[in-house]
Amino acid sequence: MSSPTSPRSGTEPGRRALFGGLLTLALAPPAEATPEAMAEAIARFTGGATPELSAAITLDIPSLVENGNTVPVTIAVDSPMTEAAHVRAIALFNQRNPQPQVIEARLGPWSGAARISTRARLADSQRLTAVAALSDGRFLLAEAEVVVTLAACLEG
Amino acid sequence: MSACRRQRWLPLLALLLGAAGPRSGFETMTPELQAMQRDDAGNPGMLSVLEGEALFAREGCAACHAAAALRGVAARYPAHDPARGGPIDLAGRIAECREQRAGRPPLPRESQPMLALQSFVAHQSRGLPITPDPRLAEARAEGERLFRERRGQLNLSCAQCHETLAGGRLAGANIPEGHPNGYPLYRLEWQALGSLQRRLRGCFTGVRAEALAPGSPAALALEAYLFGRAAGLPIETPAVRP
Amino acid sequence: MARTLIRVPATATRGEVIEIRTLIQHPMETGYRPDAAGRLLVRDIITRFTCHFDNRLVFEAMLHSAIAANPYLIFTLRAEASGVLTFAWEGDHDFRHVETRALTVT
Repeated sequence: MSSPTSPRSGTEPGRRALFGGLLTLALAPPAEATPEAMAEAIARFTGGATPELSAAITLDIPSLVENGNTVPVTIAVDSPMTEAAHVRAIALFNQRNPQPQVIEARLGPWSGAARISTRARLADSQRLTAVAALSDGRFLLAEAEVVVTLAACLEG
Repeated sequence: MSACRRQRWLPLLALLLGAAGPRSGFETMTPELQAMQRDDAGNPGMLSVLEGEALFAREGCAACHAAAALRGVAARYPAHDPARGGPIDLAGRIAECREQRAGRPPLPRESQPMLALQSFVAHQSRGLPITPDPRLAEARAEGERLFRERRGQLNLSCAQCHETLAGGRLAGANIPEGHPNGYPLYRLEWQALGSLQRRLRGCFTGVRAEALAPGSPAALALEAYLFGRAAGLPIETPAVRP
Repeated sequence: MARTLIRVPATATRGEVIEIRTLIQHPMETGYRPDAAGRLLVRDIITRFTCHFDNRLVFEAMLHSAIAANPYLIFTLRAEASGVLTFAWEGDHDFRHVETRALTVT
């Protein structure tokens, strides 16, 4: 169900949220709930606006992870961080955890750079989406797929 | 040829083929986890080292031991304890010192304060090579027997995975050689810092065997063997492992 | 009392963008983990982190259950003048922890 103008196949979160997500959430069984929940959470963050897939925002996360408990992640946005042009906020969302939000950070020109790093917990192999809110009202988006393996001998 | 003898010449063969001796689990981790371990401001295990440093002062250890003088101690543990006629591990020595010399009430081995103290002490030897105590030959022999003995409902020995199959994969994860040079370490699986004994308990449970009681002669013998097998590897406490 | 590891450069030049690293000891119990009896363990997470420079908010992050235990945060700040950085973590069950560090700007 991809938009014909989108270069990326599969879910385009902003559009789904606007045109189908809310309705599908009301009618569909919970099996598909989490990607929908992610779309909805992104829509809440953007106030309904559609984020643009952009190379100006990078989501740096290992593609293969030995343990989903602690996954280092860095989100950076190429921005002059001036009063006129800066990043207001950066948020990270996921598709397969019980909740779609990971973190929302508020920045400003005083930040000097638009870059945050943290460690996430990933319940399963999944796609993560980073969204940046710019001072001019636009939203930028980047995605990454992570494969999560587990420790060889699981403890109870 | 018996399985036992085959397992003995396999490592020798690997050595002859150019393998460089024991490999720390650090080497097989992803670059991200290696970076996490190396960054003292980001390594979660360092929080325990900090706590241990505070406890070291508060518990009266500093009255007899200068922290700087502890450098090298962890690298030669487990050590021979003449009073017991056998090995004592670092955790046991710290407990004994706390209770008998500093007069502090006993604490469980795996409690936060004891792990913190152990981390702090072992951290003083970070970078130093493990130097096994020569007086523990008998304990190491017993430990090697335990290492090679099949056990549990899965009927597996430590050697089968951590020697013969080391470097291979199990359920998508790398099988390490299983060296003790990073303990106590921050294990992502635990989301916490834990001891070698905790890890061994996980291993034993994994093959559905009864775990060895921490501090027991069998547990100490196995620990002595593990440290002997890891001779030359640098202490990495507090390590980070998946 | 939660242990923290905070890395702030001791000095910075005016206009330099510095990197601040913070790590705090906290289990970040997600609220989705069952105990041995199958009951969900109560959520216990840090929900908000702030950094103030003197009295001005310069960084804020809302954290969720998907943040790993012992939350680690790296963010940046443009150094303009010397002052005091105040780091505050708040969370479930009235958790609150505050640390300060001085920043010298030349």
